Amino acid sequence: MTRTQDGVARTAVEVRMEGLSRHYGPVVALDRLDLTLQPGELVALLGPSGCGKTTTLRLVAGLEDADTGHITVGGKDITRVSAAKRDMGMVFQAYSLFPHMTVRQNVAFGLRLRKVSGAQRDKRAIEMLDLVGLATQADRYPHQISGGQQQRVALARALAIEPQVLLLDEPLSALDAKVRAQLRDQIRRIQLEVGITTLFVTHDQEEALAIADRVGVMREGRLDQLAPPTEVYSRPATSFVAEFVGLSNRLTGEVRGGEVTVRGCTLPLVERDVPDGQVVALVRPEAVTLASHTAPEPGPLVGTVIAVTFLGATSRVTVDLGDTTVLAQLSTSDASALPAGSRVTLTIRPDPVLVSASSEPAAAADEEA
Amino acid sequence: MAAVTALSETPAAASAGRPSGMQTRRRRRLNVFRYLVFTVFGLFFVLPLLAMARFSLEGAKLGTWSLSAWRQIASFQGIGVPPLLSAIEITLELAAITCVVTLVLLVPTMIWIRLRVQWLARTVEFLCLLPLTIPAIVLVVGLGSIYNRIQHYELSALMLFWVYVILALPYAYRALAAGLNAIDVTTLSEAARSLGASWFTVIVRVIAPNMRQAILNALILTASLVLGEFTIAYLLLYDNLQVELYSISRSTPNAGVIFSTSFAALLFAFVLLLILSYAGRLRRGRG
Repeated sequence: MTRTQDGVARTAVEVRMEGLSRHYGPVVALDRLDLTLQPGELVALLGPSGCGKTTTLRLVAGLEDADTGHITVGGKDITRVSAAKRDMGMVFQAYSLFPHMTVRQNVAFGLRLRKVSGAQRDKRAIEMLDLVGLATQADRYPHQISGGQQQRVALARALAIEPQVLLLDEPLSALDAKVRAQLRDQIRRIQLEVGITTLFVTHDQEEALAIADRVGVMREGRLDQLAPPTEVYSRPATSFVAEFVGLSNRLTGEVRGGEVTVRGCTLPLVERDVPDGQVVALVRPEAVTLASHTAPEPGPLVGTVIAVTFLGATSRVTVDLGDTTVLAQLSTSDASALPAGSRVTLTIRPDPVLVSASSEPAAAADEEA
Repeated sequence: MAAVTALSETPAAASAGRPSGMQTRRRRRLNVFRYLVFTVFGLFFVLPLLAMARFSLEGAKLGTWSLSAWRQIASFQGIGVPPLLSAIEITLELAAITCVVTLVLLVPTMIWIRLRVQWLARTVEFLCLLPLTIPAIVLVVGLGSIYNRIQHYELSALMLFWVYVILALPYAYRALAAGLNAIDVTTLSEAARSLGASWFTVIVRVIAPNMRQAILNALILTASLVLGEFTIAYLLLYDNLQVELYSISRSTPNAGVIFSTSFAALLFAFVLLLILSYAGRLRRGRG
């Protein structure tokens, strides 16, 4: 992908991290991470607090030093290059605009450091503010604009210096839900328009799945899976990914001949080389459908609705099967026909499922798509 | 019948009326107490100042008014002491130099410690607050030999600025620390660094401008300390404003110029405080 700077084409760059490790005393924040961002793509790092995603971003930014490993950008090793010389734009979780400068001055700050002339600086600042839709706020101070606007200005400021890489450290977490959704889409639109290689860190799976080209799910300093959002969601590589990204029902079953039988239903496996035996299958709530059970005899997939949680267009129905509970996600209109106390029959859609005998990962994580 | 009459009042109405009345009475008592305390303490501070102003305007005869004590500020020369005006000049210069040196020493140091060497923060805090615990006479004994050497070379009273910087450290440190605590130093510095700023630029163009109010507060405290300092200058045999006023009072006990000069020094500190506070408020208002 390419983007232009005053009519001159500028190519997006590859970012490669090899064997990155970082320790804080006895705590391993990052454990030999290998990750490559293709030119122009947006990779989202997703995971719980303490998984190492922010550490990864800070190492790329140069705000911390790696204990071992290398980082190359566009083929150049920048591992020991100071943060000020890495040519990266960064947007922070906390509001990071300089309070004593106007919006325009904030955006122009990086250009001033690069000795860009006053007229050029102003022009570029207004261009960037136009890009984020805030040109009319150029002469306001940060405390005079809203949180969402501040983050948009921060994005404009990061892009104004035409960095090689854009780093976003949970930029939406301090915003309310509606603003978050709007700004998320705006960030993605701008990233595609500019064509810049981007690393986006978040703990919100909806954000990651909505805007990333690939999602990297991290746990305890390691990458469990790196794949496009649909693959991370529908074919999770480990039980941690299956349970962290979306909801999963844990149902006991038996593997035989490359398939798993769960409560009388035979389902294909994500990984075919699982040995025969007792396993726990992770079934998505969307793969479960419900119908009213009118016959008197019970069955392995017959249960009682114990709760219906309204989520807007969809509802989550909790069904008691006697020895376990199962979650099903239905449209709200379908769920309204099955109030609490109803007897229902479950059907599990034959999507490939992940199985595990323990908490160990079922398969090695992918590194590149 | 009385009980029936009382019971005919609805409980809700009764309970609504009573708390409201009690609250109003309590609020009124609190306000009276506040005004009383304000008046008593206000008089405690203001009466001596009024007396000083009155004495400074006293004429040659009791009960008459005159501005001669104020006019004498520029021209008074006591027996065996230099002119008052030179002491005023020296003190103002000392205040300016002390303010500049204190801020140049403390502001970058405190920012740097906050950004890069936080483990040193407690040590620096201890060192900066140490002068509070050291009596002036002990400082004089410790610095006496150094100042004897300085006087041997006949350097001026402006050399007092070194010891005044030490005296001002606790007050300036506290004012600046409060300013640093009010801003997100880490995020601002990381944002600046990610845009290509050097550490010098981070300190001078990003962090320090956001500490303006704290720097102004440190300035006011330092200047006030220097304007009012007597003990160290007197014991080290220098003539600053307070030493000069004391000398005048020894030679001419009721000289009106003592009161006019003291009052002028207080007014000066007060005006300085107003100007700096107004400048700080202007900056916030513009922002």
